[in-house]
Amino acid sequence: MKYVLLNYTKADPAGERQPREMHPAVAAVLERPDVSGWVRLQPAESATTLSLESRKVLLTDGPFVDSKEFLAGLILVEAENLDGALAVASELQELDVTAAIEVRPVLELELGGA
Amino acid sequence: MLEDVFRDQWGRVLATLVGVLGDIELAEDAAQEAFALAAERWPRDGVPANPTGWLITTARNRAIDRIRRERTLVAKTGQLERELRDGSEEAMDETATFPDERLELIFTCCHPALALDAQVGLTLRTLGGLSTEEIARAFLIPFETMSKRLTRAKHKIRDARIPFAVPPGHLLPERLDAALAVIYLIFNEGWGGGRVDLSADAIRLGRSLVELMPDEAEAHALLALMLLGHARSAARLLGGELVLLDDQDRSLWDQRLMDEGRQRLERALALHGSGAGGLYLIQAAIADLHLREPRNWEEIALLYQQLERITGSPVVTMNRAIAVAELEGPQAALAVLDRLELDGYRYYHSTRADFLRRLGRNDEARAAYARALELTQPGPEHRFLESRLADLS
Repeated sequence: MKYVLLNYTKADPAGERQPREMHPAVAAVLERPDVSGWVRLQPAESATTLSLESRKVLLTDGPFVDSKEFLAGLILVEAENLDGALAVASELQELDVTAAIEVRPVLELELGGA
Repeated sequence: MLEDVFRDQWGRVLATLVGVLGDIELAEDAAQEAFALAAERWPRDGVPANPTGWLITTARNRAIDRIRRERTLVAKTGQLERELRDGSEEAMDETATFPDERLELIFTCCHPALALDAQVGLTLRTLGGLSTEEIARAFLIPFETMSKRLTRAKHKIRDARIPFAVPPGHLLPERLDAALAVIYLIFNEGWGGGRVDLSADAIRLGRSLVELMPDEAEAHALLALMLLGHARSAARLLGGELVLLDDQDRSLWDQRLMDEGRQRLERALALHGSGAGGLYLIQAAIADLHLREPRNWEEIALLYQQLERITGSPVVTMNRAIAVAELEGPQAALAVLDRLELDGYRYYHSTRADFLRRLGRNDEARAAYARALELTQPGPEHRFLESRLADLS
């Protein structure tokens, strides 16, 4: 059975970005064999949310916020830039099976200590 | 004088720097340093033969110095990294020609993943050459708020990798619409608030867009629309007070701007060819008709009808109602307005008030003027509505 661990963090009031260095103890956990993969995300401010309004995909600046929906899955996309990721997300959103898709860039960094 | 050169050059210089450095903030800092250096040296040593080249080269050298000091940044700046490695000295020559990448920058700033107010602010800052303080003042918001908004947008462009490129064909129509909408919004902020400078900034942006996309009918049409409006600005705001079109002193209309606007309209029509008009083409044609005497209200109503079919916007229907009032009388026009849900729109109430006033329904007219006043910022439009309200009591 596979599981996803979703990490939440408090927004930094100063608007600081996430530190590029990973906490060494966290890095140690991520290197264990039972951890099969991980990504760190850019801050929520870099998010774009797609929704469907009268059968047209609408882009909104910022993360998805609504308590009635629940997180149903995540999809990793390799793209040259945001437009590439948005193209895949739009294609999915047009199918009208999800309430919204939030596109968030992955923070690319080396595993701490590695 | 130097200030004009700077404002003209800013967008051009910044765009090239963003292309080289891959980061708007870094490019802005470097450009600012280069402009400051120019302000110090040019009056003393004379303006260089190629001011754009001088500014770009100087800014780039400054940025490279800085990056060399902060080596960690280099990994992020692809092209620059290559240049640093190759050490191509000839590219550093200030007489070299640099690609004009303003169009790329426009599409970055007007990317739909950015909030609309951020698109507007960023476009004015990067391509319009306005300072953050000037933009904050123009939109009546605190400097801090505007500064945060711009910083956040720049970070999103960097972190989410919003492309610095002219969109590919299948995305272009939609993205061009977004860019045109941003420029028109800037123009209307100036128009509605009586801030002629902001309208002039929008026209400058419109001119750049036409220069960069000479085959786009809608770019020409937007410029025509703005020019035909702006041509009347001296007559429309006389001594700081709003004067309606019918009461304007036509000798104050700027004939040069009107001629240019009509030329742009002609060009847009030629590029557009046959078939239903584009959004701005129809609006520019309407603006042109408004400047002719006697006004052809039937033609104006027809064009609004076309526009209604394209946009389905109640604001357009409201404007058609104004033509209906001229053709069929205020009673018929009022019936059109009553079907619309535009309670939050100030011009809806002022238009309604005018129809009611012409019908002699003064109590209702007063209530409508009062509602319009509630929705209007202090300024010429507010004072105009107040005087109309006063005339009724």
